Amino acid sequence: MTQVLQLTLSGIALGCVYGLIALGFVLIYKATETVNFAQGEIMMVGSFFGLTAGVTLGLPYWAVIIFAIVVTAVCGMLIELAILRPILGQPAFTVVMVTIGLGFIARGVVTMVPAWGTETHTLKTPFTGQVIRVGELVLAGEQVAIIAMTALLCGVLWVFFKRTKMGVAMQATSQNQLAAYYMGIPVRRINTLIWGIAAGVAAFAGILLAPITFVHSNMGFIGLKAFPAAVVGGFGSVPGAIVGGLVIGLVESFAGFYAPEGIKDIAAYIVVLIVLWVRPNGLFGEKLRKKV
Amino acid sequence: MRFVFKTDYQQDIKLFKHPGYYPWYAALAILLLLAPLVLPTYYLSQMTLICIYAIIAVGMMILTGFTGQVSLGHAAFLAVGAYTQGWLYNKGVPSVVAMGAAVALSAAVGVIIGVPALRVKGIYLTIATFSFAFIVEEVLARWESVTGGNSGLKVEDFYFFGIDIAASEQRFYLLALAFLVGVMLLAINLMRSPMGRAFVAIRDSEVSAQSMGIHLARYKTYAFAISAALTGFAGALYMHKIKFVSPEQFGILASIEFLMMVVIGGLGSLHGAIYGAIFMIALPQAISIAKDYLPAYIGQQTGLQPTVFGLILIGFILFEPLGIYGRWMKIKAYFELFPFYRNAMFKRQKTYMKSDRLK
Amino acid sequence: MTAFFKADDISISFGGVKAVQNISFEVGKGEVFTIIGPNGAGKTTIFNLISLIYPPTTGRIFFEGTDLTGLAPHLVAAMGIARTFQNIELFEHATVLQNLLIGRHNHRKTNFWQEVLFTAAARAGEVAHREAAEEVIDFLDLQRYRDSYVAGLPYGVRKVVELARALCTKPKLLLLDEPSSGLNTEETDDMAFWIDDIKNDLGITVLMVEHDMALVSRVSDRVLAMNQGQMLALGTSKEVQSHPAVVEAYLGKEPEKQAA
Repeated sequence: MTQVLQLTLSGIALGCVYGLIALGFVLIYKATETVNFAQGEIMMVGSFFGLTAGVTLGLPYWAVIIFAIVVTAVCGMLIELAILRPILGQPAFTVVMVTIGLGFIARGVVTMVPAWGTETHTLKTPFTGQVIRVGELVLAGEQVAIIAMTALLCGVLWVFFKRTKMGVAMQATSQNQLAAYYMGIPVRRINTLIWGIAAGVAAFAGILLAPITFVHSNMGFIGLKAFPAAVVGGFGSVPGAIVGGLVIGLVESFAGFYAPEGIKDIAAYIVVLIVLWVRPNGLFGEKLRKKV
Repeated sequence: MRFVFKTDYQQDIKLFKHPGYYPWYAALAILLLLAPLVLPTYYLSQMTLICIYAIIAVGMMILTGFTGQVSLGHAAFLAVGAYTQGWLYNKGVPSVVAMGAAVALSAAVGVIIGVPALRVKGIYLTIATFSFAFIVEEVLARWESVTGGNSGLKVEDFYFFGIDIAASEQRFYLLALAFLVGVMLLAINLMRSPMGRAFVAIRDSEVSAQSMGIHLARYKTYAFAISAALTGFAGALYMHKIKFVSPEQFGILASIEFLMMVVIGGLGSLHGAIYGAIFMIALPQAISIAKDYLPAYIGQQTGLQPTVFGLILIGFILFEPLGIYGRWMKIKAYFELFPFYRNAMFKRQKTYMKSDRLK
Repeated sequence: MTAFFKADDISISFGGVKAVQNISFEVGKGEVFTIIGPNGAGKTTIFNLISLIYPPTTGRIFFEGTDLTGLAPHLVAAMGIARTFQNIELFEHATVLQNLLIGRHNHRKTNFWQEVLFTAAARAGEVAHREAAEEVIDFLDLQRYRDSYVAGLPYGVRKVVELARALCTKPKLLLLDEPSSGLNTEETDDMAFWIDDIKNDLGITVLMVEHDMALVSRVSDRVLAMNQGQMLALGTSKEVQSHPAVVEAYLGKEPEKQAA
């Protein structure tokens, strides 16, 4: 029983990280109908910014988080302005290739930055090594922190999208870009902002992930596991992304314990293939067809 | 611009649209055949690799460039081809038979991944293909009795119809070149026949392809099978060329490389497949040569190669979306029309953002 | 006697919206039959039901006595029904000739191996397809666009190319979805001539959705008017245009009634 609870907890914690990266995919997909294959790399860059803030600048943990989110969000907006805006309106595939290129550049450039390089770094958190005991259950502080902070971020995003004018404008844009444009919503500026938010969320995920996987230039590949999360959640659904992340995290966590060796690493992909087979539009996906 | 004046239907179907092309293709053929006599072994070996990559690129082009199904899992088909070839060859099966098996098995795997692909589209398909490739990679690493697991699979030599191909780089090059020419001919034939046109129809509009009587599922499956078969065939050659394969060679990065190959070469053209293959083999060489001339701080960086790859990919998409083939067409038009070439000649129409969600 | 084409009590709803409700009509062989109605009346939806893009909620569709409902969508073309699309669905990155050759898909007689090896049969097939396409090119005066890419063509020409592609399938029944929309007067005139020729010279039955009443009156034998998924009137163009329900659908009711 304790075993199951422990696995559940670590699965949820991991799932939160997947969910946050998937959230970035979904935000960008909803706003621009394109998929950002560099989301994992943006997360990686974000955690390097966190590293700089925490280790080089010696800031406290809360400041590290804010620093990483803000700097990465600015990077995200700059990327949108410089590279994605010129190809606005071209087929989704074009953008996919551009973001794959961005991923390459991010992986390459990060290794050239002094103090970042190709080595593996650790990012200390106030929760590292702490444990919370609830009866027989021993909860790792890091995992509890990940879950709590993800919940907090989701709350903030929810308030932003439901309660602020900008958030509602973003929702409108994601439903119908042309109509939003006619209503006087600055669609281009919103696209830029969405990229900023997606990058910020990715940086947050990076900071949360850092104590688990360490910080290194290839940590962005975990972004590939967020794709299954996004698909399971139905790609167009923001809460779906988090749920999808949790599903993938839990499956992976349990597969690692109960299934034969090796299944854990591909559990996410098996799940996504099954989901695509059974429900081609994801669990929460909207079913739409082309109008002729 | 050369105006091709058509006088009968056969002319449209010809391999070369105009007799003016004959001398150029003849010259190219002579150059390629003379290459083994003059080029040092190392360069010849690179050219062999180009031939193998070009076969992969043709396979990718048929699926992604012509049928419009973006695959990020082609390394899996290469792996299936390579491992089948290696395992059978090591068991003493003649290399031709092994190649046949490699092609057949890859095609079969292509059909298997093609089946879910019929239900999903666009980004979902891309995700399905790379998920599948991850699973194949893991199977290769775990199924140790056949694949040798993470320690890999080796072949010692390469006898083809009794000829020791591996003994000389010249022989390998000529064999690979012959295979590439054969594959190109088959691909050209395919694309000038009803099946090839059905692929293009599916790429441009599924609804309308269906209303023309094209069975979407059947033709997409065909496209997957053909593409996988060619890639598996390249895999069989790759096995003998590299002599040693292990699962990590067939990861997501290899699949991305194959996709880059067709994008940079020029989607929707068989010439582009060849250009893309040349580019993909030549670029790392060019980078390593350039390293000597760069300041030591940049030249010594391991991150240089991915950065340059990324920059070139983005550069092509922003400034030359038709790829190398498109650039070549423009240069050709410029000289043929001199001095009447206009910049706007190849300008693409701006279109509204079309919703892919509804495709 | 079985009707050439018959829609029998077809309905479809999309999540509560009844797009088409209990529509029945018959089209005789050699007729030009037009469906008119305001935007959102469900005209294109009827076409999509015939092309089996959606299955009808109720009702059945018969063509030459065969029940279409339940067939695989790609078989509709093989039955001899071709269509055009309201917003043009051409193969943009292919030439006009290639578009027309794709229209010949149903007449493919070669298999994969013959095509890949380009045997004599494949070669003969290609020549035959090209002959058929050239006939259509001559018919619709598309000679000068033969090798142009569709993506670069003006709207009016694309409209004609789409008609040409449909004709290449050698249909018995041709569905035209707003053939004159976006065309100028001259092009609309040409279209009217072609529709007449298609009916008289090629002997193809035409089922058409159209807004331009001048064109409708000129070419149609019979007209079906509908509004909000329901049938309003059926008869000759003149009868339908003067039918009170049709007038009301287009021009609205008396002001006080409309407010209610």
